[in-house]
Amino acid sequence: MPNITYVQALNEALREEMKVDPRIFLMGEDIGHHGGIFRVTKDLIDEFGVDRVRDTPISESSFVGLGIGAAMVGMRPVVELLFMDFALVAADQIVNQAAKLRYMSGGTVSIPMVVRAQQGGGRGNGAQHSQSFETWFAQVPGLIVVAPSTPADAKGLLKSSMRTGNPVIFIEHKLLYNTKGDVPEGDYSIPIGKAEIKRDGRDITIVSYSRTLLFALEAAETLAQKGIEAEVIDLRTIEPLDMPTILESIKGTGRLLVVHEAHNNCGLGAEIIARVYEQAPDSLIMPPRRLGAKHVPIPMAESLEDSVLPQTADIVNAVEAMF
Amino acid sequence: MPLTPERLQDAYRQMLVIRKFEEAIRSLYQQGKIRGSFHPCVGQEATAVGGCWALRQDDYLTCTYRGHGQAIAKGLSVRAAMAEMLGKAAGCSKGKGGSMHFTDPSVGLLGANAIVAGGVPHAAGAALASRLQKKDNVAIAYFGEGAVNQGVFLESLNLAVIWKLPLILVCENNLYSEMSPSHETTSVVETYKRAEGFGFKAVQIDGNDVEAVYNTVETVAAKARAGGGPFYIEAMTYRLWGHMMGDPEIYRTKEEVAKAKENEPIVRCGKRLLELGCSDADLTRLDAEAEAVIADALEFAETSPAPPPADALTDVFI
Repeated sequence: MPNITYVQALNEALREEMKVDPRIFLMGEDIGHHGGIFRVTKDLIDEFGVDRVRDTPISESSFVGLGIGAAMVGMRPVVELLFMDFALVAADQIVNQAAKLRYMSGGTVSIPMVVRAQQGGGRGNGAQHSQSFETWFAQVPGLIVVAPSTPADAKGLLKSSMRTGNPVIFIEHKLLYNTKGDVPEGDYSIPIGKAEIKRDGRDITIVSYSRTLLFALEAAETLAQKGIEAEVIDLRTIEPLDMPTILESIKGTGRLLVVHEAHNNCGLGAEIIARVYEQAPDSLIMPPRRLGAKHVPIPMAESLEDSVLPQTADIVNAVEAMF
Repeated sequence: MPLTPERLQDAYRQMLVIRKFEEAIRSLYQQGKIRGSFHPCVGQEATAVGGCWALRQDDYLTCTYRGHGQAIAKGLSVRAAMAEMLGKAAGCSKGKGGSMHFTDPSVGLLGANAIVAGGVPHAAGAALASRLQKKDNVAIAYFGEGAVNQGVFLESLNLAVIWKLPLILVCENNLYSEMSPSHETTSVVETYKRAEGFGFKAVQIDGNDVEAVYNTVETVAAKARAGGGPFYIEAMTYRLWGHMMGDPEIYRTKEEVAKAKENEPIVRCGKRLLELGCSDADLTRLDAEAEAVIADALEFAETSPAPPPADALTDVFI
């Protein structure tokens, strides 16, 4: 199996789907000859031309809106936002329009559009280029939200996202782009709404996704040396949430820690823990915990940013406190 | 080709259907049978009929919550529209959308929108798709002059010109943005000048003259189909009723409204038909025919069942 980067995996997914589906076209800032700020669309303009790989002005609201209109009449746009933070510039088109038009029309129109963006911190990009918004979008009925952590999942989930026929918020992470992993050759996809157990363990369930999933795996290594076997679940899809996989895991471990880079306050950790108590109140042998960003804007300086965002050591400490 | 005298009679009847539709909704609203808001288009029927009739059914349309007239003129079933107003399962959106979200893609109606400029990029996107699919469909977006200060409107003007889209923007300038005079809230209130500034081919026309609207849209639609778009039409008109039900209309005088009624599109079209040789009896007949369409739609909608509660959970995703 080829060992490729997350960026290459995304690029392959776009190329392969564009080859077989003429309805797919791309829009975004600097995605053409520049190949996108993180090179996800590298060289695609050479293969598919300027009509299908469209550089846009810096006007997120309009080009997301154009994607919606094109999607309603039979196209399959994939729209790239430079930073997820800019989704707020296009919030009306995403939340009031893309998510609702099918419902408000009684199912007579559909919006097969993927909005891709990278999010998250760790690079000192400051408070307007480092946020994590998956919980915001997961709160809006009508949006699918995915956040792959590995190259293989990124490719497989981007393919599924382009095929689903519904609006998808596809969340990448700026510090995952250069990570490598084995990616199957040929056509394959990862189903939306299905989590994956990335490491088996009997003592505690750690639920995470996107970049903090890698931290959780690192933490699990350290914990293993200390005699704690952590099971690590990669959600992969944020909405719809794969609760059966979580519930099955905690049935065996009795302990639960949810880790995400998004702010803790009203975050996915709260949602998952609430659902666990609603759906399987007796499965935990001790109170669950969650780790997310502290409730401040994301700072620039490394010492500050590292103290705000959950790190591998924080996960180790949180787990050890549960034993 | 301009509307023939026979076709102008049809347009007159269509405008009456739209007027009577809004009158029926007002009556239902006053009876407490309509939920939510209702933003009438009374006085603006010529922009709807003139514009939509100059297009093909497979051309695309987006409009705003004041778009009942455009939706019906484009071909939305009056029965389905009335049933939607009453929240019935037979409504065009199965009762899920209501007054502000009429949609029927089978007639090119991609949706009315409750965000005043929210549908403008959708029309632009449909126009882009038409180009990518090598079709010759055009897209038309209706909006009021109150929409021209929203960011997405200005952003969409830019993209439409950069990408030379087969897009026709129709600004119905009725002088008031919700409950405020537009000249008090808008820097260049002759909105076609803004569009010109973006590089649009833009005109200002008499929006109460159904023939003028028809001729203008027909001309620019042909050019847009041939790759000459986009176009901007500012149609000057007047909203005879308030912004919505319950609007006390303190921003204008009764005298101003009374004067506007002398120039409203149905009165003007009636006079024109008389000039062209129609009789008063002809106009009376056309009025009765429009009345019958509304009576039929009311009967259909009022006797239709409400959607079952479980239907609230469907139509989110395909």
